[in-house]
Amino acid sequence: MSESEIDLATFEELKASAGDEFVTELVGTFREEAPGMLAELRSAHAAGAAERFRRAAHSLKSNSNTFGALRLGALARDLELGAMPADIALLDALDAEYARAAAALQALCNG
Amino acid sequence: MVDRGARLLVADDNKVNRLLLKRSLELQGHQVECAENGRVALEMLRAQPFDLLLLDMEMPEMTGFEVLEQLVGDPRLGDLPVLVTSSLEGVAHVARCIELGADDYLPKPVNPVLLKARINSSLEKKRLRDQQKELVRRFATSEVAQDMQQSGFALGGRHLRGSVMFADIRGFTSLVESQPPEESIELLNTWYTLMFDAISGHGGVVNQMIGDGLMAIFGAPLPLDDHAGAAVRAALDMIEMIELLNVERTAAGKAALRIGIGIATGEMVAGYTGTQQRATYTCIGDTVNLAARLESHTKVAQRDILIDDATRAGLDPGCAVHGLGPVAFKGKAASVEVHAVVVG
Repeated sequence: MSESEIDLATFEELKASAGDEFVTELVGTFREEAPGMLAELRSAHAAGAAERFRRAAHSLKSNSNTFGALRLGALARDLELGAMPADIALLDALDAEYARAAAALQALCNG
Repeated sequence: MVDRGARLLVADDNKVNRLLLKRSLELQGHQVECAENGRVALEMLRAQPFDLLLLDMEMPEMTGFEVLEQLVGDPRLGDLPVLVTSSLEGVAHVARCIELGADDYLPKPVNPVLLKARINSSLEKKRLRDQQKELVRRFATSEVAQDMQQSGFALGGRHLRGSVMFADIRGFTSLVESQPPEESIELLNTWYTLMFDAISGHGGVVNQMIGDGLMAIFGAPLPLDDHAGAAVRAALDMIEMIELLNVERTAAGKAALRIGIGIATGEMVAGYTGTQQRATYTCIGDTVNLAARLESHTKVAQRDILIDDATRAGLDPGCAVHGLGPVAFKGKAASVEVHAVVVG
């Protein structure tokens, strides 16, 4: 786990404009919502539902970038804009990246 | 500048985005409601007043694009300012939003400083539009006001056929001299209120008020099939209202009012004239001059309502008129057949 998972400039800017306490709550909301998006990606992939897949990737990208989780955002963006991947290797990579980003965000909030 | 908080609606299906936008906007002093998809947003917009909509594009049930399309077609919501906040990529999406009437497009994550500037600018524009609408509403029927907004107050004239009316209070100057100024103002307000009601009740538009006189147009900016008949019916209503007012005035020991009305029908050039900052809807042409001449001739002829041949030709047979014969008017090469409408 490393805080370099998160772009600190983006995260600090978010805290400065929305308030520390609010950002802590918002990170909590993200951690509640993101697993649903990851699950939706897997379910859309299994069903071959390209539009659902793209939407879920889009949401995850949007939220990741809000918090400065740029690596997670970039992976989600690749999934949003690219064709649906043939296997689930990319989804596994995304899950792992999410776990790192979520832990880093939590650490920053506890900071 | 916008100094008071506005009522804003945030439409976004993503909870993190929704909460963050709501927070940013509340910190800017606004009152914020949220909708989790386009359908809910549209329902809320139709049920409650909002000053501005922040709209996400990718939403289930009804997308932002569909919301924009619905808003364009809705006369009550057509000019609601919309800021699109989206992380959809590609200039084509941005262009489509702007084409569909969005004020601006803010990419996510939304920069709070940019957000504040855009919101203030949109609210200021809305305030000016509301002010303009209010002014138009005072001087026109709602149909005309809507036409004016849709045509975007485009300056420039077009040829059309319609009827023009001039009306004024006879002997108003001596009346003003014989009573306190407050009473004259009150009288003018009563007069204008009554005349506006009569004119707009028959589809006409009052486009000028000069002292105790006014000019009204029938058949523009919106076409009116029976513009001559409508103008004469409005004139008869005006006379009737003045008679009712005179009953009150006489009972209060005040002098009765007399009014004169001239109506002419024909071709004219109508349009918004002025500058982009200050414009008025008006008509010019021989028809307008003739209506003004007929109105001043009411004093000479001792009649309440005088009309020209073309107006008379547009009346139904039930409307009684007296031919007064040809009259030579200043500025007219040929003399004009004048008719008096029989009142009462």
